[in-house]
Amino acid sequence: MTAVADRSAAIEVDGLTKRYGGRPVVDDLSLRVAAGETFALLGPNGAGKTTTVEILEGYRRPDGGSVRVLGVDPARGGRDHRARVGLMLQGGGGVDPRMTAREVLRLHGRFHAAPRAADELLELVQLGEAARTRYRRLSGGERQRLGLALALVGRPELVALDEPTAGMDVEARAATRGLIGRLREEGVTVLLTSHDLTDVELVADRIAIIDRGRLVAIGTPAALTGGAAPVLRFRVEVPLEASEIADLAKSLGVPVERDGVAYRVLGAAATPALVGALAGWCEGRGVLIAELRTGGGSLEERYLELVGGATEAAP
Amino acid sequence: MNVALRGGGKAAPAWRAILAMTAMELRLTLRRGETLVATAVLPVIVLFFFSSVTVIPVGAGRPVDFLLPGSIAFAIIATSLVSLGITTAYDRYYGVLKRLGGSPLSRADLIVAKIVAVLVVEAVQVGLLVGAAALLLRWRAPGDVSVGLVVIGVLLGTMAFAGLGLLLAGTLRAETMLAVANILFVASLVLGGVVLPIDHLPAPLTAVAGALPAAALSDVLRVALGGSGEAGGSLALLAGWGVVAVGLAAAKFRWE
Repeated sequence: MTAVADRSAAIEVDGLTKRYGGRPVVDDLSLRVAAGETFALLGPNGAGKTTTVEILEGYRRPDGGSVRVLGVDPARGGRDHRARVGLMLQGGGGVDPRMTAREVLRLHGRFHAAPRAADELLELVQLGEAARTRYRRLSGGERQRLGLALALVGRPELVALDEPTAGMDVEARAATRGLIGRLREEGVTVLLTSHDLTDVELVADRIAIIDRGRLVAIGTPAALTGGAAPVLRFRVEVPLEASEIADLAKSLGVPVERDGVAYRVLGAAATPALVGALAGWCEGRGVLIAELRTGGGSLEERYLELVGGATEAAP
Repeated sequence: MNVALRGGGKAAPAWRAILAMTAMELRLTLRRGETLVATAVLPVIVLFFFSSVTVIPVGAGRPVDFLLPGSIAFAIIATSLVSLGITTAYDRYYGVLKRLGGSPLSRADLIVAKIVAVLVVEAVQVGLLVGAAALLLRWRAPGDVSVGLVVIGVLLGTMAFAGLGLLLAGTLRAETMLAVANILFVASLVLGGVVLPIDHLPAPLTAVAGALPAAALSDVLRVALGGSGEAGGSLALLAGWGVVAVGLAAAKFRWE
């Protein structure tokens, strides 16, 4: 890694390592997020997403490696640095239950030189009607939206959103994706974490998949899914019994999963030999294949392949 | 909607952030009914109840001469140890401290705002208790009143008890803090020279109470409000507690 700061990088992570009780939670992680980019950290629970984000937010110090956010070490960034970075904590929390939605936004607004007006922010996240509602009476989804508004109070150059769409209903999730899209159009750098692959695929310029604190893949959604091994899917005239699925899996040597009305062969790329083996099993059973397809997977398939593979490969 | 989301990115001056936070702390104080009972109602009850009964051996003067400084000390403990400690422990529990730590308001700003809010509440408490004593209990200072010594006593007392409150709030779970704060509050009523001179306690308790900050605060206020005696020893004891408590709080406080 070069020691020279990359001027166009909003976030630089070099060899980042963080241990809890000797166990590495983030393990030699390196990545760059360009200014204006919308970048998603994707990974299973315990992968180290929140730890990474909280190091970038200045809440925790690395045990090894270095991080730079807007050119500054976030653990040493002063009030002006914090004014340039908007945060949304996991669950949108961190608010006194006795404060109203509008009061929280006004209070945080007063910490900034040129804040966004509280009522504009409430409109932006469609919380206008809850302006005078105390935090304790807000639903989980409303708290999330308030947390999102709070990240935008200071018109930040960079926002870090930890699980922004968790607990939101379908409509609010779509609105949140729209808002992230607007931030992107205005040149705001967005760092988000998510479990939700659909959201990530729709909003992110680039995605980093991390598992057990390590980077397992990084790229645009198209590049990530394009690189996926072709998956074998098929449908048969008469649905298979559970015992037949088990027998097929045994014969192919890999798991077979029901996927809606179709079936999917897991854990093995679609090769001519695999197609032949499937056809042979069907012939032996007198089962007619109605449809058979091999091809590039979705982001979900690619994700499961990478994260599942890493799990199996682990000692 | 055509609202630019980007383009700010500068922090407000520290004093403005602190002022906003102080105002919010005061507003929230008024919303916490149980805290208002401890900070406003209980000290007034102590003053009036014990002034009207004759169970308390308060020496040669009138009971109110002893009870007014005692109830002020009790009020200061209620605000700086009990109320500040419990609300800060819950702030930590709810992640409020964490979220504020990620805003331009610094941690030092937050502590300053909380202490200023405590001092404002204490000024109201002192005014309320002195006013009530003068108007309703016909209290007149038995000797020379030293406003300067009242202020010094309140400031040193706040330092000691807010230091203890923050030390406990930053190290205990919120529910534990609630219980511990209430136990200390009740203990200060008995051992703090609030309603009973500490030399009327059983001998071993007198020695313990004499080393604690609560009795020292009552003592300083009693001298400041025209009582006889010297405040020097009590001031030194109070300041010692303040330095130790604030030092420990600064070293041990956990923000999450």
